[in-house]
Amino acid sequence: MNSSRSRSVADVAIQQRGLVAAVPGSRAKVLDRLRLGDAAFRQLTRAAAIAVLVLLSAVMFSLVKGSIPALKAFGLGFLASERWNPVTENFGALPAIYGTVITSFIAMLFAVPIGLMIAFFLTELCPLWLRRPIGIAIELLAGIPSIIYGIWGLFVFAPFLQETLQPFLIDTVGNVPFIGPLFGGPPYGIGLLTAGLILAIMVLPFITSISRDVFEAVPTVLKEAAYGLGCTTWEVARNVVMPYARVGVIGGIMLALGRALGETMAVTFVIGNAHRISASLLAPGTTISATIANEFTEAVGDLYTSALIALGLILFVITFIVLAIARYLLLRIERRIG
Amino acid sequence: MSEMLPQSRYRGRRRRNATATALALAATAIGLGWLVLILGALLWQGFSGLSVAVFTEMTPPPGSAGGLLNPIFGSLILTVLAVAIGTPIGILAGTYMAEYGRYDVLTTVVRFINDILLSAPSIVVGLFIYEVMVAPMGHFSGLAGGVALAVLVIPVVVRTTEDMLTLVPNALREAATSIGLPRSLTITRICYRAARAGMLTGVLLAVARISGETAPLLFTSLNNQFWSTNLNAPIASLPVVIFQFALSPYKDWQALAWTGALIITLAVLALSITARALVATGKQS
Repeated sequence: MNSSRSRSVADVAIQQRGLVAAVPGSRAKVLDRLRLGDAAFRQLTRAAAIAVLVLLSAVMFSLVKGSIPALKAFGLGFLASERWNPVTENFGALPAIYGTVITSFIAMLFAVPIGLMIAFFLTELCPLWLRRPIGIAIELLAGIPSIIYGIWGLFVFAPFLQETLQPFLIDTVGNVPFIGPLFGGPPYGIGLLTAGLILAIMVLPFITSISRDVFEAVPTVLKEAAYGLGCTTWEVARNVVMPYARVGVIGGIMLALGRALGETMAVTFVIGNAHRISASLLAPGTTISATIANEFTEAVGDLYTSALIALGLILFVITFIVLAIARYLLLRIERRIG
Repeated sequence: MSEMLPQSRYRGRRRRNATATALALAATAIGLGWLVLILGALLWQGFSGLSVAVFTEMTPPPGSAGGLLNPIFGSLILTVLAVAIGTPIGILAGTYMAEYGRYDVLTTVVRFINDILLSAPSIVVGLFIYEVMVAPMGHFSGLAGGVALAVLVIPVVVRTTEDMLTLVPNALREAATSIGLPRSLTITRICYRAARAGMLTGVLLAVARISGETAPLLFTSLNNQFWSTNLNAPIASLPVVIFQFALSPYKDWQALAWTGALIITLAVLALSITARALVATGKQS
């Protein structure tokens, strides 16, 4: 190895390709070959980069192609219909869309304030030695596969809610006019509310870690200036840090929303898979991803399969839009931070 | 009265600050509390079912004892397959973005699309592979499952490869070019070596990501109750078995599901901690 180092790099490169660099004529040939290899490698990497684009287009194309029979049969009414009857082959996406939106909304309702407060704690209040361990713990929480949340939700969280929170809600809030029907009916344990809460736990780490990163990127000078004026810690966080970091935080929230909308396993275990729209949040429902996960392998008939693929297409389009907005906002804040 | 006002206003601000601090503490306690609750339940339920039989016996029919050997093996095969397919594509694409076209329009577009693929719903990937592989082939197969997971590996590897190659100092590239090294060799011999730890981290993170993925496997590799190494046939995998067993009414199946969940979680945690350590040592050297 030492002897080879003293020689020129081109020679080493040539030798490692199993060629001898003794004859000048063959040396030119080898250099030609290197040039060719260079161009080939460049094109290879370019092709791989383009493959990523092709991949996304292929996903979109195959979903559209697969959902054509269902869209032909039901038209735009597919989006608005509440029916889901595999026997008569009559399908509508509304209950699944409703469940997806409601569970994600519940998740955001809880995860956003809690996530922001944790980020506030981590960046402004937490003693320095504790920041790293808590930060790591929250990132580990983000790495736990969703099926773990699902199995925990099914065996631990849903029975717990059935015995404690849900009877309590039915007895108290259930009797309040206007919002009462939201908490009516028997306590099933599983249902929209349970799924939403599990989702909240799942997306909490995403919101926390992104908000923490953008909070940390706020220039110290700004914070010191505010402290210098006599602001309290909370006032600095509320009036200086959060406005400065707003775009990034919204980006993080949209990213978490994208996850929540498309999440399958954590929801499928606890949603109950009932194709109906109930007034009560405690009732079983379904989401787009849970419907596909539960029914796709058992779907008989082209129309049934196609209806499920059409659901997948709707999900993909919704999450694509949400994620695109998220990435755009995060890109903006990245540029500003530099 | 007018002298009291600033005093009470100050007290109000102090009180609001104290309330916010308390809320932040409570939020952190809640966040970490869930982690403890989930891991606690997992350890409690998972360890009680953990035994040698789990690693040596096949999945049982309901009502009899058994293990998780075939799904563990299946998951390993699918993971290896996904990494073997996804990593080269991911690394090459990341290489183009960091080395050749750092300021290209193509790179900007690919980066944007890749970031979306990174968090796209994995069940949609399952549908996609069903459409392009399972339906034309006419049957579910381990190969389709591996490809589905590879689709999830690619964006993770692209992202980390690009980030890590961007961190390689330009002086290294200039030095290599100045002694006459062609571009492709500069990249493969110099840049890859400098970014090795980071790129390996990307692969580890990708493995962590796919090892718990269930949704894309449900209708690609399906499931198999028996020992199978045939990639052209349905193959068992841990997540799908957990899904099936946890939703079954049989107690011993549910216990096995918990044990499987524990195995996956430990594997994922070990992978992420290794990746983290790799990044830390990479930064030091």
